Amino acid sequence: MDIYLPIAAVSLNGLVLLILGAAVGFLSGIFGVGGGFLMTPLLIVFGVPHAVAVATSANQLVGASVSGALAHWRRGNVDFAMGFVMLAGGLAGSVLGVWFFALLLRFGQAETVVNLSYALLLGVLGALMMIESIRAFLRLRQPALPRRKLHQHTWLHGLPFKMRFRRSKLYISMLLPLGLGFVVGMLSAIMGIGGGFVMVPAMIYILGMPTQTVPGTSLFQIIFVSAAVTVLQAIENGTVDIVLALILLLGGVIGAQLGSRFGTRLRGEQLRAALAILVLGMGLKLAADLTVEPAQRYTLEALP
Amino acid sequence: MRRAAAILAFLASLLSAAAARAEQPLLADLSEHLVAITTGFTGASVVLFGATDGPGDVVIVVRGPEREMVVRRKSRIAGLWVNTRQFAFTGVPTYYAVFSSAPLNDIVPQAVQSLHQIGLANLRLQPKSAAADPDTVADFRAALLDDQQRAGVYGDNVGKISFLGDRLFRTTLDFPANLPTGTYFIEVLLIRDQAVVSGQTTPLVVSQIGVDAEVGEFADRWSLLYGIIAVVVAALAGYLASLPFRHA
Repeated sequence: MDIYLPIAAVSLNGLVLLILGAAVGFLSGIFGVGGGFLMTPLLIVFGVPHAVAVATSANQLVGASVSGALAHWRRGNVDFAMGFVMLAGGLAGSVLGVWFFALLLRFGQAETVVNLSYALLLGVLGALMMIESIRAFLRLRQPALPRRKLHQHTWLHGLPFKMRFRRSKLYISMLLPLGLGFVVGMLSAIMGIGGGFVMVPAMIYILGMPTQTVPGTSLFQIIFVSAAVTVLQAIENGTVDIVLALILLLGGVIGAQLGSRFGTRLRGEQLRAALAILVLGMGLKLAADLTVEPAQRYTLEALP
Repeated sequence: MRRAAAILAFLASLLSAAAARAEQPLLADLSEHLVAITTGFTGASVVLFGATDGPGDVVIVVRGPEREMVVRRKSRIAGLWVNTRQFAFTGVPTYYAVFSSAPLNDIVPQAVQSLHQIGLANLRLQPKSAAADPDTVADFRAALLDDQQRAGVYGDNVGKISFLGDRLFRTTLDFPANLPTGTYFIEVLLIRDQAVVSGQTTPLVVSQIGVDAEVGEFADRWSLLYGIIAVVVAALAGYLASLPFRHA
């Protein structure tokens, strides 16, 4: 059944979109990531214009992160103080990001920058995950390596404006979460992702937060950053497709629940290896799009 | 069937009217004046029919609403294919098609084709920047025509108009699913002895109908409110989705 998407101005099969939402939701349920980094490039592959794919993924992310953050909040795993500091950075980053995106659209470079950022990000991320999971497979065969030190002090801990984060049991400079929020806010505006896969490792390894408060706090601040990105994209670029976002959310909600059930039955190392292959494949596809000579060297855009 | 009957009745009245008033050399109309794009739109056919006051040939030029369009060219920079040059044209029709009752070059000289913009080669596209070198303009113009033909909104062939006797003519305008919205102008020209002796322009409105149209218009006019609604609706959907798993 074809559904006409009012902002994207294309007709796409509603069932295909529902399945796409469910598939990304399923993966995010298994792996515990937001899935925005898969959603945006997949929408582009299906023929949604770049700018609309980016803005609508941010809109879809509002719903997905509300759903996820509530689950963590009920278990008391959200560090609100940390969340608010990251949020302040995130909002500033998203304002700058949306403005930068509008500039890219004007010069006709949005497509290249979005594709290039994705190819780099997914390529690096996929490669790191691949190495990690190969190591994990090898470690299974030769057990009992000595453990590394848990908490290391670096120059990052010498920064000023120290602040106490009770729930995470941390006393660190507020510049760290502020800066992290800023970078992820910009990524969110330019690429239509929540940035959970950048945020989560950074919160663990750079901020040194305990693992159980990380996903909830990350999701909590993603709600507000993606909400800000959605509103700003709607005003600045008029590229938020509410119909598309709702179809994706509907599929995503079902998929995420199925995924989280299915995920508990699989072995962790196999899961991570599968995700690594998926992410790497996606990155390679986008890299190929950029480097192989296009069938059409000229593209046409009608201005409003 | 009802539509066909209505057309026949109209044709009959046209014929008698044309006969009664010999000073009106050309009369034409469409089976519909509104093409409604709804959620399941897959294209539309509109019948154009009319009568002349005697033998002659008919040429029809269909033009969609005009927009400003940007053509971008990719080049290879450091191994990556990147948009490096862009060129804008103003007054570009979003849809263009030509129909004729006989091969164009047999019935109208080149000068007349150029004057009435009959055929893609005679389409006047205005470069936005005045100081552009003619070769570049020609390259980008060709790319624009090419792209629009591939998208199916510029017809590359001349459609046929069939005559019933020497006075009644009709043709079917087939519009694709990706039809741009706006007001179309359909110019009907009566041609005798290599010259245009009469012309008539009929508008055709193509518009989105229903919820989609309203959503698009709302997003355009009230962009802040639309953005806020989009956020609230998504957040609500996320909240509702989490409810069944509250006690899990």
